[in-house]
Amino acid sequence: MVTALDEGMLLRAREIAESVPDPELPMLTLADLGILRDVTLTDTQVVVSLTPTYSGCPALAEIRADLARQLAAAGFADVEVRTVLSPPWTSDFISPEGRRKLADAGIAPPRSLPERAAGPVPLTLVARGPVVNCPVCGSGDTVRTAAFSGTACKDLYRCRACAEPFEHVKEI
Amino acid sequence: MGFDTAYEAISEESDSGHRWAFGTGFSDPLAGVDTTVPAGVDGADLAAYCLMLGDDALIMSHRLQQWLARSPELEEETALANIALDLLGSARLLLTRAGTADGSKRTEDDYAFCRTEREFRNVRMVEAADADFAGLIARLLVFSTWRLALLVRLRESVDPVLAAVAAAGVKETTYHRDYAAQWTIRLGDGTDYSRERMEAGLAEVAPLVDELFAPTAVEERLTGVAVNPALVRPEFDDVLAQVLAAAGLHWPEIAGLAGVSGQAGRDGVHTEAMGYLLAELQSVARAMPGATW
Repeated sequence: MVTALDEGMLLRAREIAESVPDPELPMLTLADLGILRDVTLTDTQVVVSLTPTYSGCPALAEIRADLARQLAAAGFADVEVRTVLSPPWTSDFISPEGRRKLADAGIAPPRSLPERAAGPVPLTLVARGPVVNCPVCGSGDTVRTAAFSGTACKDLYRCRACAEPFEHVKEI
Repeated sequence: MGFDTAYEAISEESDSGHRWAFGTGFSDPLAGVDTTVPAGVDGADLAAYCLMLGDDALIMSHRLQQWLARSPELEEETALANIALDLLGSARLLLTRAGTADGSKRTEDDYAFCRTEREFRNVRMVEAADADFAGLIARLLVFSTWRLALLVRLRESVDPVLAAVAAAGVKETTYHRDYAAQWTIRLGDGTDYSRERMEAGLAEVAPLVDELFAPTAVEERLTGVAVNPALVRPEFDDVLAQVLAAAGLHWPEIAGLAGVSGQAGRDGVHTEAMGYLLAELQSVARAMPGATW
Protein backbone atom coordinates (compact mmCIF):
# COMPACT_ATOMS: atom_id res chain seq x y z
CA MET A 1 0.00 0.00 0.00
CA VAL A 2 1.33 3.41 -0.96
CA THR A 3 0.67 5.99 1.69
CA ALA A 4 0.90 9.76 1.50
CA LEU A 5 4.02 9.50 3.62
CA ASP A 6 5.66 7.16 1.08
CA GLU A 7 4.68 9.52 -1.72
CA GLY A 8 6.31 12.40 0.10
CA MET A 9 9.50 10.42 0.70
CA LEU A 10 9.67 9.31 -2.90
CA LEU A 11 9.26 12.90 -4.11
CA ARG A 12 11.97 14.01 -1.72
CA ALA A 13 14.35 11.24 -2.84
CA ARG A 14 13.69 12.09 -6.49
CA GLU A 15 14.25 15.78 -5.87
CA ILE A 16 17.60 15.09 -4.24
CA ALA A 17 18.73 12.70 -6.99
CA GLU A 18 17.68 15.16 -9.70
CA SER A 19 19.63 17.98 -8.13
CA VAL A 20 23.00 16.19 -7.81
CA PRO A 21 25.48 18.07 -10.03
CA ASP A 22 27.46 16.32 -12.75
CA PRO A 23 31.14 16.26 -11.68
CA GLU A 24 32.50 17.18 -15.11
CA LEU A 25 29.79 19.65 -16.14
CA PRO A 26 28.94 20.98 -12.67
CA MET A 27 26.56 23.63 -14.04
CA LEU A 28 24.24 20.73 -14.95
CA THR A 29 22.29 18.51 -12.59
CA LEU A 30 21.79 14.83 -13.37
CA ALA A 31 18.24 15.74 -14.46
CA ASP A 32 19.54 18.46 -16.83
CA LEU A 33 22.04 16.01 -18.31
CA GLY A 34 19.31 13.45 -18.88
CA ILE A 35 21.10 10.47 -17.35
CA LEU A 36 18.61 9.89 -14.51
CA ARG A 37 16.23 7.15 -15.63
CA ASP A 38 14.23 6.41 -12.51
CA VAL A 39 14.02 6.77 -8.75
CA THR A 40 12.00 4.23 -6.77
CA LEU A 41 11.46 3.56 -3.12
CA THR A 42 11.00 0.24 -1.35
CA ASP A 43 10.41 -0.30 2.38
CA THR A 44 14.09 0.02 3.09
CA GLN A 45 15.85 1.27 0.03
CA VAL A 46 16.09 4.04 -2.57
CA VAL A 47 16.90 2.67 -6.03
CA VAL A 48 18.33 5.17 -8.52
CA SER A 49 18.70 4.12 -12.16
CA LEU A 50 21.27 5.86 -14.36
CA THR A 51 22.34 5.66 -18.00
CA PRO A 52 26.04 6.46 -18.55
CA THR A 53 26.79 9.12 -21.18
CA TYR A 54 29.80 7.42 -22.78
CA SER A 55 30.93 3.81 -22.22
CA GLY A 56 34.12 4.95 -20.50
CA CYS A 57 32.77 7.99 -18.67
CA PRO A 58 35.02 8.21 -15.59
CA ALA A 59 32.55 10.48 -13.80
CA LEU A 60 30.07 7.66 -13.27
CA ALA A 61 31.80 6.30 -10.17
CA GLU A 62 31.79 9.75 -8.63
CA ILE A 63 28.15 10.31 -9.53
CA ARG A 64 27.22 7.07 -7.77
CA ALA A 65 29.13 8.16 -4.67
CA ASP A 66 27.58 11.65 -4.76
CA LEU A 67 24.07 10.21 -5.02
CA ALA A 68 24.62 7.85 -2.09
CA ARG A 69 26.13 10.61 0.03
CA GLN A 70 23.47 13.23 -0.63
CA LEU A 71 20.61 10.79 -0.14
CA ALA A 72 22.23 9.54 3.06
CA ALA A 73 22.47 13.11 4.34
CA ALA A 74 18.68 13.40 3.85
CA GLY A 75 18.07 10.23 5.85
CA PHE A 76 18.01 7.62 3.10
CA ALA A 77 20.67 5.30 4.45
CA ASP A 78 20.28 2.46 1.98
CA VAL A 79 20.82 3.55 -1.62
CA GLU A 80 21.31 1.33 -4.62
CA VAL A 81 22.46 2.80 -7.92
CA ARG A 82 21.63 0.69 -10.97
CA THR A 83 22.95 1.02 -14.50
CA VAL A 84 20.50 1.10 -17.40
CA LEU A 85 22.34 0.59 -20.70
CA SER A 86 19.41 0.66 -23.09
CA PRO A 87 18.43 2.93 -24.72
CA PRO A 88 21.93 4.48 -24.82
CA TRP A 89 22.31 8.09 -23.77
CA THR A 90 22.08 10.69 -26.50
CA SER A 91 22.81 14.40 -26.34
CA ASP A 92 19.10 14.85 -27.18
CA PHE A 93 18.42 13.82 -23.54
CA ILE A 94 19.91 17.13 -22.30
CA SER A 95 16.96 19.25 -21.15
CA PRO A 96 16.15 22.74 -22.50
CA GLU A 97 17.11 24.05 -19.06
CA GLY A 98 20.42 22.17 -19.35
CA ARG A 99 21.11 23.68 -22.76
CA ARG A 100 20.54 27.17 -21.38
CA LYS A 101 22.88 26.50 -18.44
CA LEU A 102 25.61 25.20 -20.78
CA ALA A 103 25.38 28.31 -22.97
CA ASP A 104 25.47 30.56 -19.87
CA ALA A 105 28.67 28.78 -18.84
CA GLY A 106 30.30 29.42 -22.23
CA ILE A 107 29.82 25.88 -23.58
CA ALA A 108 27.90 25.58 -26.84
CA PRO A 109 25.03 23.13 -26.32
CA PRO A 110 24.51 20.22 -28.72
CA ARG A 111 22.15 20.58 -31.67
CA SER A 112 19.37 18.06 -32.16
CA LEU A 113 20.58 14.80 -33.60
CA PRO A 114 19.52 14.44 -37.24
CA GLU A 115 17.43 11.41 -38.19
CA ARG A 116 19.70 8.86 -39.82
CA ALA A 117 18.72 6.16 -42.27
CA ALA A 118 19.39 2.53 -41.38
CA GLY A 119 22.47 0.84 -42.83
CA PRO A 120 26.18 1.67 -42.74
CA VAL A 121 27.22 4.79 -40.84
CA PRO A 122 28.37 7.40 -43.41
CA LEU A 123 31.93 8.72 -43.25
CA THR A 124 32.69 12.36 -42.49
CA LEU A 125 35.88 13.07 -44.42
CA VAL A 126 35.98 16.82 -43.95
CA ALA A 127 35.65 18.31 -40.50
CA ARG A 128 32.50 20.33 -40.83
CA GLY A 129 28.85 20.19 -39.98
CA PRO A 130 25.96 22.50 -39.22
CA VAL A 131 26.91 25.83 -37.70
CA VAL A 132 27.76 25.95 -34.00
CA ASN A 133 27.12 29.45 -32.68
CA CYS A 134 29.67 31.08 -30.41
CA PRO A 135 28.28 31.04 -26.85
CA VAL A 136 30.07 34.35 -26.13
CA CYS A 137 29.08 36.64 -29.04
CA GLY A 138 26.50 34.48 -30.82
CA SER A 139 28.30 34.57 -34.18
CA GLY A 140 27.91 31.59 -36.50
CA ASP A 141 31.38 32.21 -37.95
CA THR A 142 33.11 29.49 -35.95
CA VAL A 143 35.55 26.71 -36.78
CA ARG A 144 36.14 23.39 -35.10
CA THR A 145 39.75 23.14 -33.90
CA ALA A 146 39.69 19.63 -32.41
CA ALA A 147 37.31 16.69 -32.50
CA PHE A 148 37.85 15.90 -28.82
CA SER A 149 38.28 18.10 -25.77
CA GLY A 150 38.92 17.82 -22.04
CA THR A 151 36.12 15.28 -21.73
CA ALA A 152 34.82 12.69 -24.17
CA CYS A 153 31.50 14.49 -24.57
CA LYS A 154 32.91 17.76 -25.94
CA ASP A 155 34.92 19.09 -28.89
CA LEU A 156 36.76 22.39 -29.32
CA TYR A 157 35.82 25.39 -31.44
CA ARG A 158 37.12 28.89 -32.08
CA CYS A 159 35.02 31.92 -32.94
CA ARG A 160 36.34 33.89 -35.92
CA ALA A 161 34.25 36.93 -34.97
CA CYS A 162 35.30 37.45 -31.34
CA ALA A 163 38.37 35.15 -31.41
CA GLU A 164 37.18 33.27 -28.33
CA PRO A 165 37.94 29.54 -28.11
CA PHE A 166 35.07 27.51 -26.66
CA GLU A 167 33.86 23.98 -26.01
CA HIS A 168 30.79 22.39 -27.55
CA VAL A 169 28.90 19.34 -26.34
CA LYS A 170 29.01 16.85 -29.22
CA GLU A 171 25.91 15.44 -30.82
CA ILE A 172 25.92 11.72 -30.13
CA MET B 1 41.08 19.31 6.65
CA GLY B 2 44.69 19.20 7.80
CA PHE B 3 47.08 16.28 8.07
CA ASP B 4 50.47 16.02 9.73
CA THR B 5 51.91 13.83 7.01
CA ALA B 6 51.06 13.03 3.44
CA TYR B 7 50.72 9.39 4.41
CA GLU B 8 48.02 10.24 6.94
CA ALA B 9 46.06 12.05 4.26
CA ILE B 10 45.89 9.01 2.04
CA SER B 11 45.45 6.33 4.68
CA GLU B 12 42.15 4.50 4.81
CA GLU B 13 41.39 5.69 8.35
CA SER B 14 41.17 9.29 7.15
CA ASP B 15 39.41 8.51 3.92
CA SER B 16 35.85 9.67 4.27
CA GLY B 17 35.32 8.69 0.66
CA HIS B 18 34.57 12.30 -0.20
CA ARG B 19 37.85 13.39 -1.66
CA TRP B 20 38.54 10.61 -4.12
CA ALA B 21 36.75 10.44 -7.41
CA PHE B 22 36.99 6.66 -7.40
CA GLY B 23 36.97 5.81 -3.72
CA THR B 24 39.18 2.79 -3.17
CA GLY B 25 37.77 0.34 -5.66
CA PHE B 26 36.03 0.19 -8.99
CA SER B 27 32.37 -0.61 -9.19
CA ASP B 28 30.73 -3.27 -11.31
CA PRO B 29 29.97 -1.61 -14.67
CA LEU B 30 26.91 -3.86 -15.09
CA ALA B 31 25.45 -3.19 -11.63
CA GLY B 32 21.67 -3.52 -11.85
CA VAL B 33 21.71 -4.77 -15.45
CA ASP B 34 19.82 -8.01 -16.12
CA THR B 35 22.58 -10.43 -17.14
CA THR B 36 20.42 -13.52 -17.62
CA VAL B 37 21.64 -15.43 -20.66
CA PRO B 38 18.78 -15.51 -23.22
CA ALA B 39 17.09 -18.87 -23.72
CA GLY B 40 18.76 -21.03 -26.36
CA VAL B 41 22.09 -19.18 -26.14
CA ASP B 42 25.15 -21.11 -24.98
CA GLY B 43 26.65 -19.17 -22.06
CA ALA B 44 30.20 -20.42 -22.64
CA ASP B 45 30.10 -19.39 -26.30
CA LEU B 46 28.63 -16.00 -25.42
CA ALA B 47 31.41 -15.47 -22.86
CA ALA B 48 34.06 -16.47 -25.42
CA TYR B 49 32.63 -13.99 -27.92
CA CYS B 50 32.54 -11.17 -25.34
CA LEU B 51 36.20 -11.86 -24.59
CA MET B 52 37.11 -11.51 -28.28
CA LEU B 53 35.47 -8.08 -28.60
CA GLY B 54 36.51 -7.04 -25.10
CA ASP B 55 40.16 -8.01 -25.59
CA ASP B 56 40.30 -6.16 -28.93
CA ALA B 57 39.14 -3.00 -27.15
CA LEU B 58 41.35 -3.50 -24.09
CA ILE B 59 44.60 -4.03 -26.01
CA MET B 60 43.89 -1.27 -28.55
CA SER B 61 43.08 1.06 -25.65
CA HIS B 62 46.37 0.18 -23.95
CA ARG B 63 48.37 0.98 -27.09
CA LEU B 64 46.53 4.31 -27.40
CA GLN B 65 47.25 5.10 -23.76
CA GLN B 66 50.95 4.68 -24.48
CA TRP B 67 50.70 7.75 -26.73
CA LEU B 68 49.85 9.98 -23.78
CA ALA B 69 52.59 12.55 -23.18
CA ARG B 70 54.17 11.79 -26.56
CA SER B 71 51.54 13.08 -28.99
CA PRO B 72 52.56 15.71 -31.54
CA GLU B 73 50.03 18.28 -30.25
CA LEU B 74 47.79 18.79 -27.23
CA GLU B 75 44.66 18.39 -29.39
CA GLU B 76 45.80 14.95 -30.55
CA GLU B 77 46.71 14.02 -27.00
CA THR B 78 43.16 14.68 -25.81
CA ALA B 79 41.72 12.92 -28.86
CA LEU B 80 43.77 9.78 -28.30
CA ALA B 81 43.04 9.82 -24.57
CA ASN B 82 39.30 10.07 -25.23
CA ILE B 83 39.35 7.28 -27.81
CA ALA B 84 41.34 5.10 -25.41
CA LEU B 85 38.80 5.86 -22.68
CA ASP B 86 35.82 4.93 -24.86
CA LEU B 87 37.49 1.63 -25.74
CA LEU B 88 38.41 0.92 -22.13
CA GLY B 89 34.79 1.53 -21.11
CA SER B 90 33.61 -0.84 -23.81
CA ALA B 91 36.19 -3.45 -22.71
CA ARG B 92 35.06 -3.21 -19.09
CA LEU B 93 31.43 -3.88 -20.04
CA LEU B 94 32.33 -6.76 -22.36
CA LEU B 95 34.71 -8.49 -19.94
CA THR B 96 32.16 -8.14 -17.16
CA ARG B 97 29.52 -9.58 -19.48
CA ALA B 98 31.82 -12.58 -20.14
CA GLY B 99 32.00 -13.37 -16.42
CA THR B 100 28.22 -13.24 -16.06
CA ALA B 101 27.51 -15.20 -19.26
CA ASP B 102 29.48 -18.33 -18.36
CA GLY B 103 28.49 -18.21 -14.70
CA SER B 104 32.14 -18.07 -13.59
CA LYS B 105 31.55 -14.66 -11.89
CA ARG B 106 35.02 -13.60 -13.00
CA THR B 107 35.38 -9.80 -12.92
CA GLU B 108 36.86 -7.43 -15.46
CA ASP B 109 40.05 -7.35 -13.35
CA ASP B 110 40.28 -11.16 -13.31
CA TYR B 111 40.21 -11.17 -17.07
CA ALA B 112 42.47 -8.18 -17.69
CA PHE B 113 45.09 -8.89 -15.08
CA CYS B 114 45.04 -12.62 -14.30
CA ARG B 115 45.09 -14.30 -17.68
CA THR B 116 48.17 -15.48 -19.54
CA GLU B 117 48.96 -14.42 -23.08
CA ARG B 118 47.52 -17.63 -24.57
CA GLU B 119 44.17 -16.89 -22.90
CA PHE B 120 43.69 -13.52 -24.61
CA ARG B 121 41.41 -13.61 -27.65
CA ASN B 122 42.15 -10.30 -29.38
CA VAL B 123 43.13 -10.12 -33.05
CA ARG B 124 46.85 -9.65 -33.64
CA MET B 125 46.35 -6.30 -35.37
CA VAL B 126 45.97 -4.41 -32.08
CA GLU B 127 49.20 -5.69 -30.54
CA ALA B 128 52.19 -3.88 -32.06
CA ALA B 129 53.58 -0.62 -30.69
CA ASP B 130 53.22 2.13 -33.29
CA ALA B 131 56.42 3.28 -34.97
CA ASP B 132 55.07 6.82 -35.37
CA PHE B 133 51.85 8.87 -35.51
CA ALA B 134 51.06 7.80 -39.08
CA GLY B 135 51.42 4.18 -38.03
CA LEU B 136 48.92 4.77 -35.25
CA ILE B 137 46.48 6.47 -37.64
CA ALA B 138 46.68 3.58 -40.11
CA ARG B 139 45.96 1.05 -37.35
CA LEU B 140 43.14 3.15 -35.88
CA LEU B 141 41.57 3.60 -39.31
CA VAL B 142 41.53 -0.14 -39.97
CA PHE B 143 40.46 -1.02 -36.42
CA SER B 144 37.62 1.50 -36.10
CA THR B 145 36.30 0.86 -39.64
CA TRP B 146 36.14 -2.88 -38.93
CA ARG B 147 34.73 -2.51 -35.43
CA LEU B 148 32.08 0.02 -36.43
CA ALA B 149 30.82 -2.31 -39.17
CA LEU B 150 30.57 -5.11 -36.59
CA LEU B 151 28.89 -2.98 -33.92
CA VAL B 152 26.24 -1.59 -36.28
CA ARG B 153 25.05 -5.18 -36.83
CA LEU B 154 25.61 -6.26 -33.24
CA ARG B 155 22.91 -3.77 -32.11
CA GLU B 156 20.44 -6.42 -33.28
CA SER B 157 21.99 -9.18 -31.13
CA VAL B 158 19.50 -11.34 -29.21
CA ASP B 159 21.68 -10.79 -26.15
CA PRO B 160 20.34 -7.49 -24.79
CA VAL B 161 23.60 -6.68 -22.99
CA LEU B 162 25.70 -7.08 -26.14
CA ALA B 163 23.12 -5.13 -28.12
CA ALA B 164 23.26 -2.26 -25.61
CA VAL B 165 27.08 -2.20 -25.52
CA ALA B 166 27.06 -2.14 -29.33
CA ALA B 167 24.50 0.67 -29.51
CA ALA B 168 26.67 2.94 -27.37
CA GLY B 169 29.79 1.78 -29.20
CA VAL B 170 28.40 2.73 -32.62
CA LYS B 171 28.05 6.37 -31.56
CA GLU B 172 31.55 6.51 -30.10
CA THR B 173 33.33 4.53 -32.82
CA THR B 174 31.84 6.79 -35.50
CA TYR B 175 33.91 9.62 -34.00
CA HIS B 176 37.03 7.40 -33.81
CA ARG B 177 36.73 6.41 -37.46
CA ASP B 178 36.17 9.99 -38.62
CA TYR B 179 39.21 11.11 -36.63
CA ALA B 180 41.44 8.45 -38.20
CA ALA B 181 40.01 9.03 -41.70
CA GLN B 182 40.56 12.79 -41.54
CA TRP B 183 44.17 12.33 -40.41
CA THR B 184 44.75 9.71 -43.13
CA ILE B 185 43.72 12.31 -45.69
CA ARG B 186 45.85 15.04 -44.15
CA LEU B 187 48.94 12.84 -44.06
CA GLY B 188 48.36 11.10 -47.40
CA ASP B 189 47.56 14.36 -49.18
CA GLY B 190 50.17 16.37 -47.26
CA THR B 191 53.91 16.49 -47.92
CA ASP B 192 56.01 13.83 -49.63
CA TYR B 193 57.32 12.84 -46.23
CA SER B 194 53.90 12.59 -44.54
CA ARG B 195 52.61 10.47 -47.45
CA GLU B 196 55.64 8.21 -47.17
CA ARG B 197 54.97 7.70 -43.45
CA MET B 198 51.27 7.04 -44.05
CA GLU B 199 52.13 4.46 -46.74
CA ALA B 200 54.55 2.82 -44.32
CA GLY B 201 51.81 2.73 -41.66
CA LEU B 202 49.37 1.03 -44.01
CA ALA B 203 52.04 -1.48 -45.07
CA GLU B 204 52.64 -2.31 -41.42
CA VAL B 205 48.98 -3.11 -40.70
CA ALA B 206 47.99 -4.64 -44.07
CA PRO B 207 49.28 -8.20 -43.37
CA LEU B 208 47.01 -8.38 -40.30
CA VAL B 209 43.77 -7.38 -42.03
CA ASP B 210 42.60 -10.75 -43.40
CA GLU B 211 42.51 -12.16 -39.87
CA LEU B 212 39.80 -9.60 -38.95
CA PHE B 213 37.31 -11.27 -41.26
CA ALA B 214 37.99 -14.94 -40.52
CA PRO B 215 35.02 -16.28 -38.54
CA THR B 216 35.73 -18.53 -35.58
CA ALA B 217 33.69 -21.61 -34.70
CA VAL B 218 32.22 -19.64 -31.76
CA GLU B 219 30.95 -16.86 -34.04
CA GLU B 220 29.49 -19.38 -36.45
CA ARG B 221 27.65 -21.17 -33.66
CA LEU B 222 26.26 -17.93 -32.17
CA THR B 223 23.75 -17.20 -34.92
CA GLY B 224 21.67 -14.17 -34.01
CA VAL B 225 23.97 -13.35 -31.08
CA ALA B 226 27.32 -12.64 -32.76
CA VAL B 227 28.12 -10.97 -36.07
CA ASN B 228 29.92 -13.16 -38.57
CA PRO B 229 32.93 -10.94 -39.41
CA ALA B 230 33.12 -12.30 -42.97
CA LEU B 231 29.89 -10.40 -43.67
CA VAL B 232 31.38 -6.97 -42.97
CA ARG B 233 34.28 -7.24 -45.44
CA PRO B 234 32.45 -5.47 -48.30
CA GLU B 235 31.55 -2.50 -46.08
CA PHE B 236 35.11 -2.36 -44.74
CA ASP B 237 36.59 -2.39 -48.25
CA ASP B 238 34.16 0.28 -49.39
CA VAL B 239 34.93 2.66 -46.52
CA LEU B 240 38.69 2.15 -46.88
CA ALA B 241 38.44 2.81 -50.61
CA GLN B 242 36.64 6.13 -49.98
CA VAL B 243 39.25 7.28 -47.47
CA LEU B 244 42.25 6.18 -49.53
CA ALA B 245 40.86 7.81 -52.69
CA ALA B 246 40.42 11.12 -50.84
CA ALA B 247 43.95 10.77 -49.45
CA GLY B 248 45.52 9.87 -52.81
CA LEU B 249 46.76 6.59 -51.33
CA HIS B 250 46.57 2.98 -52.46
CA TRP B 251 45.99 -0.08 -50.35
CA PRO B 252 49.28 -1.99 -50.31
CA GLU B 253 49.16 -5.46 -51.83
CA ILE B 254 50.91 -7.43 -49.13
CA ALA B 255 50.25 -11.06 -48.29
CA GLY B 256 48.49 -11.77 -44.99
CA LEU B 257 50.56 -12.87 -42.00
CA ALA B 258 49.94 -16.59 -41.59
CA GLY B 259 48.99 -18.02 -38.22
CA VAL B 260 50.90 -20.77 -36.43
CA SER B 261 49.48 -24.12 -37.59
CA GLY B 262 46.41 -22.21 -38.70
CA GLN B 263 45.97 -20.52 -35.33
CA ALA B 264 45.97 -16.72 -34.77
CA GLY B 265 44.81 -14.12 -32.25
CA ARG B 266 41.32 -15.52 -31.71
CA ASP B 267 42.93 -18.87 -30.79
CA GLY B 268 45.30 -17.23 -28.32
CA VAL B 269 48.32 -17.25 -30.65
CA HIS B 270 49.77 -13.75 -30.65
CA THR B 271 52.69 -11.74 -32.00
CA GLU B 272 55.88 -11.10 -30.07
CA ALA B 273 54.66 -7.66 -29.00
CA MET B 274 51.82 -9.12 -26.93
CA GLY B 275 54.00 -10.57 -24.15
CA TYR B 276 55.74 -7.24 -23.57
CA LEU B 277 52.42 -5.40 -23.62
CA LEU B 278 50.87 -7.70 -21.00
CA ALA B 279 54.00 -7.56 -18.84
CA GLU B 280 53.38 -3.82 -18.50
CA LEU B 281 49.57 -3.93 -18.34
CA GLN B 282 49.56 -6.59 -15.61
CA SER B 283 52.65 -5.55 -13.63
CA VAL B 284 50.92 -3.83 -10.70
CA ALA B 285 48.18 -6.45 -10.34
CA ARG B 286 50.77 -9.24 -10.38
CA ALA B 287 53.11 -7.52 -7.94
CA MET B 288 50.28 -6.86 -5.47
CA PRO B 289 47.61 -9.50 -5.94
CA GLY B 290 44.18 -8.40 -4.74
CA ALA B 291 45.22 -4.80 -4.17
CA THR B 292 42.57 -2.13 -4.66
CA TRP B 293 43.16 1.52 -5.41
